[in-house]
Amino acid sequence: MIKSYKLKRGLVNAFIYILLAVLGIIWISPLIYLVLHSFRDEGLATVSYLLPKTYSFKNYIDLFTDTATLNFPRWFMNTFVVACFSCVISTLAVLMVSYSFSRLRFKARKPLINIGMILGMFPGFMTMIAIYYLLKAMGLTQTLVALVICYSAGAGLGYQISKGFFDTIPRALDEAATIDGATRNQIFWKIILPMSKPIVVYTVLTSFIGPWTDFILARIIMGDKRDNYTVAIGLYTMVQKEFVVNYFKRFLAGSVLVAVPISALFLFMQRYYVEGVTAGGVKG
Amino acid sequence: MKYIEYMQLNPFQRFWYNFSNAMKAFPGKLKNFFVAVGVLIANFFKGIGKAVAGYVTRFIKGDWAVKISYLIMGFGNMVKGQFIKGLLFLASEVAFIAYMVFFGWGYLSKFPTLGTEVPGMQLNPVTGGYEDVAGDNSMLILLYGVLTIVLIAIFFAIYFASTKSAYAVAQQVAAGEKPVSFKSEVKDLLDNKFHITLLAFPTLTISVFTILPLIFMILIAFTNYNSSHMPPGKLFTWVGLETFSEIFAMTEGASKGATFLELTKWTLIWAVFATVLNYLFGMILALMINKKGIKLKALWRTLFVITVAVPQFVTLLLMNQMLQADGAINVLLMNVLGLIDKPIMFLNSTALVARITVIVVNCWIGIPYTILITSGILMNIPADLYESATIDGAGPVRTFFSITLPYMLFVTTPYLITNFIGNINNFNVIYLLTAGGPGTENLYQAGYTDLLVTWLFNLTMNSLDYNLAAAVGILVFVVCATISLITFNLTKSAKNEEEFS
Repeated sequence: MIKSYKLKRGLVNAFIYILLAVLGIIWISPLIYLVLHSFRDEGLATVSYLLPKTYSFKNYIDLFTDTATLNFPRWFMNTFVVACFSCVISTLAVLMVSYSFSRLRFKARKPLINIGMILGMFPGFMTMIAIYYLLKAMGLTQTLVALVICYSAGAGLGYQISKGFFDTIPRALDEAATIDGATRNQIFWKIILPMSKPIVVYTVLTSFIGPWTDFILARIIMGDKRDNYTVAIGLYTMVQKEFVVNYFKRFLAGSVLVAVPISALFLFMQRYYVEGVTAGGVKG
Repeated sequence: MKYIEYMQLNPFQRFWYNFSNAMKAFPGKLKNFFVAVGVLIANFFKGIGKAVAGYVTRFIKGDWAVKISYLIMGFGNMVKGQFIKGLLFLASEVAFIAYMVFFGWGYLSKFPTLGTEVPGMQLNPVTGGYEDVAGDNSMLILLYGVLTIVLIAIFFAIYFASTKSAYAVAQQVAAGEKPVSFKSEVKDLLDNKFHITLLAFPTLTISVFTILPLIFMILIAFTNYNSSHMPPGKLFTWVGLETFSEIFAMTEGASKGATFLELTKWTLIWAVFATVLNYLFGMILALMINKKGIKLKALWRTLFVITVAVPQFVTLLLMNQMLQADGAINVLLMNVLGLIDKPIMFLNSTALVARITVIVVNCWIGIPYTILITSGILMNIPADLYESATIDGAGPVRTFFSITLPYMLFVTTPYLITNFIGNINNFNVIYLLTAGGPGTENLYQAGYTDLLVTWLFNLTMNSLDYNLAAAVGILVFVVCATISLITFNLTKSAKNEEEFS
């Protein structure tokens, strides 16, 4: 009896191993294809076999040296600068809004929370034409400043996750500090923020990653000004009809260069990511 | 039904019981909702009435300085020694009047018509010759008109605050107290009024770059701003609900109405499949990875989760290239495995093939997300639930449907709803994978895999049907808002809060 139970469990586990292995290969193989072919030396866009025959760093070198038409290093720097600025501004905005909604009590709190929720339900880029004309009126279209503004202006609306975190810090701490004569300002900087390191890290990383992956807004704002592209629109340009034949391998190389650091950041913060998403979920 | 009876039902009966209860409760909930909205509106007007009443009584009760403050903002504060505060009020009044005289009024007065003078060479009826007329720009009139209205609202709020403040300081002086110094008021902004300091900057940016554009776009839906009324050069004007009636018109052929209907159907099908498949398969995979006795858990997890970590536009563009006629997947099927002898056109042959392809690719992208999110929660399901199920002789399938799925649904409903709405608005997957294709003559400015949001994008970027795009955006918003309202209500009533704790 015990033997057959063991056998059955062994069979089930074997089945699961096989299934996981097959699915794992399906899931990972496009990424392996991406990496391998980014080193492919021969051929143009596509070849009629799966594994490259010759390997070299040529695609990567071309990406950084042949910058006359499509200037990848410049796009990389653009994205980096935009990401740094919008990261600082959005993090501050998110933390300020979530702290006020979580710890402070004032008349307009409930209405403001409701307004924030309703605003979040409109399709994000429905407003893009109006934003485009606003930026045009300010003389900012096709500039990196416009991108920073777009990425950080609405950041305050993404307060839910960090508000959920602040909610878990006991209010007794605030009360004790108030009795000791601390102002709300001091409580925010000296008590709550140092205790909220995970959520600060999470907010910083998500707002830093945002500009690397956004595609729609950057494309509308930059139009045909290729020098101010970010990597996302740049790489998109490389696989358009007029470039794909000559640039596909470089597209792969560029994708690897973007994907590696972003993936590393994500894997580093996935714990916070899951905590953030499920924290909102468990409460309902 | 008593709790003991409820516990004896099988899960499907339970679900049906909960569902029918929720449905029965729904009209009541709907009524409550409208009552709540009514109360909200009533309170809003009550608040305004109160403010006006206070405004009048303060004028009657106040001394001469307060009365003058009703015309010259900040006068009362300055007389009573609050110089800086008074000056700030006065400065805001001067700035507002200057804005209105030199800029705002010009646009606001044209707001009802959105401009009447067509720019360009026009026949002058008096001289009989052609003249170059500067003319009106309807777009700018609308944009700055909205801006002016918002600024007027803000100014009125400041104005009310200033009369209140003048009255308050007069009361203080009359009671023999010293007026509050500017310094201590600024200090208060870091303590009791800290929320004002914190929220000022985010509110400003959100108002300018989210709310203002949103009002602008909502208003556009009620104009005829499209490619044949494109400023500068031409004017557009208010047309009321014409755009909406165009969308709901049941005409034949590649009309806007037919396209809207077709795309709405596909958007909903897509959202249901994308959400449900990812959720179920992701959860089953997560269960397998976390099953007792399975080794190398970290390896399996990383294998799947790594696809989440790579930026989505990279994986989607890569997938798009791999699915082409000469792409890697056709190479694999044709040259390596020899299963087919001519390439499959995944993305641009028939509607059905393309639609299945995007749903499958979306599984590849979405399932790891579910694994990532649900792994932790699955681990938290009380082990004794499973133990007693095993003792009762339940197999793995039975345990999944009786314990795991209900528990997970209970915990992750909000995540599911946001996920569903996210899929309705899933621009990236469709745009980067198929760009809406395969294209067709049967739909207006859309392909067979276009969702409502990608259609909205096409309408703004390609055919410049701004009014139509705005109307579609409003409808998408209405759909999303209704779905979240209904499901939150349903799950709240179907939720038996104590069931799992």
